[in-house]
Amino acid sequence: MNAIEFILAGMLAAATPFLLAALGEMVVERAGVLNLGVEGLMALGAVIAFITVYHGGGHLLGFLAAGAAGTLLSLVFAFVALGFRANQVATGLAIGILGQGLSALFGKSYESLTVKGLPKLSVPGLSELPVIGGLFVQDVVVWLSLGATLAIWATFTFTRVGLVLRAVGENPKAAHAIGYPVIAVRVAAIAFGGMMAGFAGAYAAAVYTPLWADGMIAGRGWIAIALVVFGTWLTGRIFLGACLFGAVSLMSLAAQAGGLDLPSQLLSSLPYLVTIIVLGIISADRRLLKLNGVASLGEPFER
Amino acid sequence: MTGSALSIVPSLVRRDRASLAATLIAPPVALAVAILLNLLLAMAIGRSPSAVLHAMLLEPFLSWASFSEVLLKTGPLLLIAQGLAIGFRARVFNIGAEGQFVLGAIFASAIPVWFPQATGGWIWPLMLLLGAIGGALWASITAFWRVRLNANEILVSLMLSLVAVQLLYFLLLGPWKDPNGFNFPQSVLFQVDAMVPTLIPGTRVNVSLLLAVAASLAAWVFMQKSFLGYTLQVGGMAPRAASYAGFNESRAIWLSLLIGGFAAGLAGAAEVAGPLGQLQRSIPTGYGYAAIIVAYLGGLHPLGIVLSSLVMAVIYIGGDNAMVSANLPIAVVRVFQGILLLSYLIAVAFVRYRLAWPTAARSPT
Repeated sequence: MNAIEFILAGMLAAATPFLLAALGEMVVERAGVLNLGVEGLMALGAVIAFITVYHGGGHLLGFLAAGAAGTLLSLVFAFVALGFRANQVATGLAIGILGQGLSALFGKSYESLTVKGLPKLSVPGLSELPVIGGLFVQDVVVWLSLGATLAIWATFTFTRVGLVLRAVGENPKAAHAIGYPVIAVRVAAIAFGGMMAGFAGAYAAAVYTPLWADGMIAGRGWIAIALVVFGTWLTGRIFLGACLFGAVSLMSLAAQAGGLDLPSQLLSSLPYLVTIIVLGIISADRRLLKLNGVASLGEPFER
Repeated sequence: MTGSALSIVPSLVRRDRASLAATLIAPPVALAVAILLNLLLAMAIGRSPSAVLHAMLLEPFLSWASFSEVLLKTGPLLLIAQGLAIGFRARVFNIGAEGQFVLGAIFASAIPVWFPQATGGWIWPLMLLLGAIGGALWASITAFWRVRLNANEILVSLMLSLVAVQLLYFLLLGPWKDPNGFNFPQSVLFQVDAMVPTLIPGTRVNVSLLLAVAASLAAWVFMQKSFLGYTLQVGGMAPRAASYAGFNESRAIWLSLLIGGFAAGLAGAAEVAGPLGQLQRSIPTGYGYAAIIVAYLGGLHPLGIVLSSLVMAVIYIGGDNAMVSANLPIAVVRVFQGILLLSYLIAVAFVRYRLAWPTAARSPT
């Protein structure tokens, strides 16, 4: 298997934690709320899923528990940021610290333990193709994540729910005036984002690298937030961005396997450096951000 | 509009003017709530709350030895938080102090690593200066990205912190590894002249604590008395008004990040040239993140931050104690920090708002 085949085959799985968390955050931001606690939400989801799977609860229960934990913690965010109109940046940071702390606390006695991942399911025929065949051999969560991406895109493009969500984010006062419950919509969006971050953490810890280590999320929650900016709040572009980061994180593995003599620390920094560079390139186009950005992002709603 | 289910929930009503009483009472109330929740958490994982309370909040004050450790931890938290608060007031969210702290430690270590034989009283002051410059340089990347490329400073500064840690590992496992260090990821031990002089004999408290206090004074003068500090705050509170008044946003971003990076770098330098005495893998211990909480808990006010940094230092030392004597996992400190900031953010809402309880007499609208 050469490097390109290796990256193509593994890209989607590596992209899944980014994708799930970023799609969740996109929904939150589209509703006008900035939740910077994704890293902590993922860390909590990760440890809950790992513990559940480790004790024989199975992956389905693991994911459900992780999603519930992420939802609960994100509701704490909603309680403080919406209920008390607190600074959303500070509230998100606090949730991030709390989530990582809880993750370390719960995971303490599971350090370095492993669980079994999930089997790969291949698409008959397509998986036999040369070079790109590996793309069609993925575990069930990857397939479901692709479905979720499509569903979220369709929700924003075709449904009333998507319209209401965007209205609440663009102009909460107007949305309120025509009778939409701004706060309730925002709470629902935050809860959805929390659930997705929980799933993302669950995939990272119980499927992608099924080994528990404190701090294993390693900045992926923050990259997911950056991905929402990269993708200019559009589902399709966020999907492409997540694939890019999946590929970047595999590139360091491929480079090491290929005998490329680079310091491993440089390769570990690669996703962060790429984030910084891409963030600079995309943000420099102010028109693009203005066009797709969310007008009321981060501002508390007051009647 | 209000449904019957919602009518029992009180609503927030904006006060005519900010409440000074609420401003002063918010931090202690938040602290009390956080302590209470922390004790409940300790009980939930089967630890004795009284033992935890004793270890975390009393033991740090019971002996001079442990109180001096509190003072030692106060130094870096105070320095970093003062620098960050200036930026936060201008609404420049530098959350990458951790990386600026690491770069400060790296820059300061360059002298003893490259010139281990050098002697003279100039060495440690130069190291502190180099560290501060290193922190400011690292922060200037974020400033450039924000000002020239319009990139979000929260994300860039945080990513740079993750890169800084990798840079530290690279140095410690490669070019700066102590050749006689049994392959441990650490630099050579620094020579005596590369150490910040002790302030209180018999303890590890060194002169950098004085620097932190001086920095607090400088921050107070800058923010409360100087015109530049005033324009920074106005820029944060009312950006449009400030820009009409000829206020330059780019300058505010540069200033905020350079000050924040300078202070964090200085703290990092004082850490390697103080209690550690060498560049180690364990340098990024989360001071940069804890200082964000310190800054908010101190109300972003230079004097409040002096108090809140002491509180945070007690939490750190108390957490260490509780790990030893009450068998409490050290992760509890982070949980506590998160809860503390959340409780503060709730408490501080009452500075601008008051609760209005729904009255039965009110006719439905």
